Amino acid sequence: MAQKAIREYDGKALFSKQWENYFSGFHYGFKSVLVTSGAELLAKAEEHGFEWLKQEPLVAKPDMLFGKRGKNDLVLFKDKKPGDVSLEVAAKWIDEKTSHPTTLLTGQHGTLTHFIVEPFTPHTQEQEYYISATCVGEDDVLYMSAEGGMEVEEGWDEKVNEVVIPIDMSDADMEHAIKANVPSDIPAKDRESFTSFAIAFFKFYRDMNFAYLEINPIVMLENNNMAILDLVARLDDTAGFMMKDTWGDIEYPTAFGMEDQSPEEKAIAEADSKSGASLKLTILNPMGRVWTMVAGGGASVVYADTIADFAEANGGSIADLANYGEYSGGPTTGETKFYADTVIDLMTRHKDPKGEDKVLIIGGAIANFTDVAKTFTGIIQSFEENAEKMKEHNTKIYVRRGGPNYEKGLKDIKEAADRLGLYIEVYGPETHVTDIVRMALEK
Amino acid sequence: MNKLYTRDTQAIFWNNNKTAIQRMLDYDYTIKRETPSVAAIVAPTSGNKFEKFFWGPDEIMVPLFKSTADAKKAHPNADVLLNFASFRTAYDVTMEAVELGGFKSIMVTAEGIPERLARKMNHTARNAGVTVIGPATVGAIAPGAFKIANIGGTIDNIINSKLHRAGSCGLVTRSGGLFNELSNIIAINADGIAEGVAIGGDRFVGSVFIDNMLRMEKNPDVKYMVLLGEVGGTEEYKVIEAIKSGEITKPVIAWCIGTIAKHFSSGVQFGHAGASANADAETAAAKNKAMAEAGIYVPESFNDLPATINKVYNELLANGTISEIQEPEINIVPKVRRSKQFICTISDDRGDEATYAGFPISSVATPDTGKGIGDVISLLWFKKQYPKWATDFIETVLKTVADHGPAVSGAHNCKVTARAGKSVVESLVTGLLTIGPRFGGAIDGAAEHFKYADDNNLDPKAFLNHMKKLGIPIPGIGHRIKSLKNPDLRVEGLKNFAKEYFPSTPLLDYALTVEQLTTSKKENLILNVDGTIGILMVDMWRALGYSETEIDEFISSGTLNAFFIVGRSIGFIGHILDEKRLAMPMYRHPMDDILYDVQKAEKI
Repeated sequence: MAQKAIREYDGKALFSKQWENYFSGFHYGFKSVLVTSGAELLAKAEEHGFEWLKQEPLVAKPDMLFGKRGKNDLVLFKDKKPGDVSLEVAAKWIDEKTSHPTTLLTGQHGTLTHFIVEPFTPHTQEQEYYISATCVGEDDVLYMSAEGGMEVEEGWDEKVNEVVIPIDMSDADMEHAIKANVPSDIPAKDRESFTSFAIAFFKFYRDMNFAYLEINPIVMLENNNMAILDLVARLDDTAGFMMKDTWGDIEYPTAFGMEDQSPEEKAIAEADSKSGASLKLTILNPMGRVWTMVAGGGASVVYADTIADFAEANGGSIADLANYGEYSGGPTTGETKFYADTVIDLMTRHKDPKGEDKVLIIGGAIANFTDVAKTFTGIIQSFEENAEKMKEHNTKIYVRRGGPNYEKGLKDIKEAADRLGLYIEVYGPETHVTDIVRMALEK
Repeated sequence: MNKLYTRDTQAIFWNNNKTAIQRMLDYDYTIKRETPSVAAIVAPTSGNKFEKFFWGPDEIMVPLFKSTADAKKAHPNADVLLNFASFRTAYDVTMEAVELGGFKSIMVTAEGIPERLARKMNHTARNAGVTVIGPATVGAIAPGAFKIANIGGTIDNIINSKLHRAGSCGLVTRSGGLFNELSNIIAINADGIAEGVAIGGDRFVGSVFIDNMLRMEKNPDVKYMVLLGEVGGTEEYKVIEAIKSGEITKPVIAWCIGTIAKHFSSGVQFGHAGASANADAETAAAKNKAMAEAGIYVPESFNDLPATINKVYNELLANGTISEIQEPEINIVPKVRRSKQFICTISDDRGDEATYAGFPISSVATPDTGKGIGDVISLLWFKKQYPKWATDFIETVLKTVADHGPAVSGAHNCKVTARAGKSVVESLVTGLLTIGPRFGGAIDGAAEHFKYADDNNLDPKAFLNHMKKLGIPIPGIGHRIKSLKNPDLRVEGLKNFAKEYFPSTPLLDYALTVEQLTTSKKENLILNVDGTIGILMVDMWRALGYSETEIDEFISSGTLNAFFIVGRSIGFIGHILDEKRLAMPMYRHPMDDILYDVQKAEKI
């Protein structure tokens, strides 16, 4: 959905692929590998072109979208002294890190799985710079600092120059603005090349459709050699259709510490990607009592809000809310059935710990163009297959919907539930959209 | 522009989205609009010229165009573009329309336009003074005046939600589904809305809450506003600022959805792409609190929103700001409608007297009307009243082509068939069936090729080379015996008439330069009567203001041939009647006039 973080490795690979188009005159070696185990790293070292893994001292760190890896003591750059990490030490370190869960200073918790390994680059603090770009409000903003590394984040306001670049600014004006704002404390010997690098960096950020791009630090070595020591990047994935060839087959990993998606969430996401309609499912608490199947992006939020409000007001808690999701944009009967099957399956896996009834909210606002009877047909088919399971869990169904053909939809679902012996209450547009939440939770 | 749309607003609909367009026209009919709200449809890949839609129980045709530019040219008053292109092309369609100019607002429905393109599009439109609704929206509505596509849903829901006539609330939401819901809530708890906009769910939308609310502040029909915001972004704070600075003085009721987000650290995307809080101030709770502090009516929860609306409405009703609404009469769209099989746009026999393009037959038939056959042709063939010089020219053409003697193949066929004892009509069609590329076709061909040469600025030499490459003799050039020295008087007559009465004759002038060159090669290669007619027809249409495309269509649809058919039918019928009078026997061709060269068929 719009902005998606990519791995440091993929960001650097994109730099490397485009280097001559944007940064000719500078040099970048792109010695990086992405591995998931020590063994994989050792195997990589045997491949042609990766001899450097055996020949040079290495740096290894997790490549899983989170920052502050230094502060979390997750950057391997020394065995006994800085710059002495051998291939074997790095492999061993990776295997050790993957063998147990890790908790970050932020509290994010999970198991490390992906590591980026690169040569150790000896350099001085003076050679480190900071550069990044992103979109603020309606404009792009380029940030530059003479100080790179962790220092830049402490004292951001004094150390960083920002250049606001409106969307319609010409290249000439943009270059002029960047030149005029290069930090004055960048030493004279690097000044000119930093400026031209910054201009090229901004064009690269813009043309590649990054939403965010940061190198911290970028190290300017002798002879215009550049070392990208640490990189953070997010792409605007809506540009994917026009960037396909340029980006290549890029991966959008889940944030570290986020529960990996369940198979059910993955299945819905996959169905979503193949459909013209929208199908979304997030499991918040698999043991939760209240399950929702709400049509529409806005309505689904309103239902979640209201369930949270009423659960808290009626002696329950937010933990009662089992899932968040929505279906919209005119899904087919088959797609709706699949969605309903998935939600009902999840709902009937665990008995409620307190022995309370399960609640299934089939909600939605007044549709603009979705045929309500057609989508309800899919839900009814799912009821028919799952009625026994639903009864075992004392499921109470509350329906509220309006829109094209809603009378038939409501009548059909009521008849089906009655026929199957399911508890159901059905309401149309004359009832306030979220009032069924009150009815369900006040009981 | 205090009002987004009026009852006269017309749109160009980009993409032939039939369901959505039919919903707009059903709405128009229901609220008794005089003109359809969709003036034209842009369908780049369609070969059709129009699409039929229901207008109440009847049907109307909405013209199709290949490009926005063509549609806009034909319908300059349509100042709303409904951009229903996909996320791949929506940007280009909007940018083209902004560049063309003449659009006051552009609605963009696509979801997921690349952010950089969306920003550029919104910025460009804003600079050009164009209001962009969307992207990622169902649109906007001015009840009782104009409704975009699917907003409001079915016609039943529209009437239930009082979206068929103006109320007194200005409504802005992000979500399209909740827009409908809010309209319904406002209809139940107040008197409906005066204007409403769903601004769209993407991160970058063209017009934001404040843009629309500042306009509503100036719209006298709007007495108070309802804003439904979402978690994420800071747009609601601009509204707060406008209230503090006094730019907005009308009462505002607001609620931000997404209070649920506070219960979950991060990672769960609730709702739209734009809905994700990056800072505390962007949370729903913070925005609801800030809005309440600024004097906005903020309910306890979304569930209490209806009560708040009802309270504010009743206060405004009590203090006289709002008065009771007289419910207007509406048309009822029939539940069952049947599409018509045939369309007629030239004549009508349903009234007392049949009409030719709106003119009763009696008004063009008798001599005292001053109308001739040329006028009837201009009405029935072109649905226009041509000026006298043009109808005179048409009649001159018909008279000139009426007959070229018994030896030409068409007349000969007529005679042979008549002698076989067949009827007038049977004999006539055998003659007519001869008309085609070789017989009578020179008129079409001359018009087509000379016009091509003139359109492409080919000098006479280049034109001759062009025709040589095509491998065909130039149609309309050459006569059996006539030459410049011994001119064809029919041609002279046509040329003289045109010189005297046509406003100008550019194609004829060009053709005469070609004739100079051809006659220098061989003296009987003159512009003949067929060529002169074809070329002057083009000059006539040009002088009458037809576009080059329209003239090309006349040529390709065989209109020129039609003049020949009508004219020559007079001569054919003459020959047939002649045969009937003479009572000539069955014709048999003399055998000595046939070369027999029959070989025995080989076995294969």
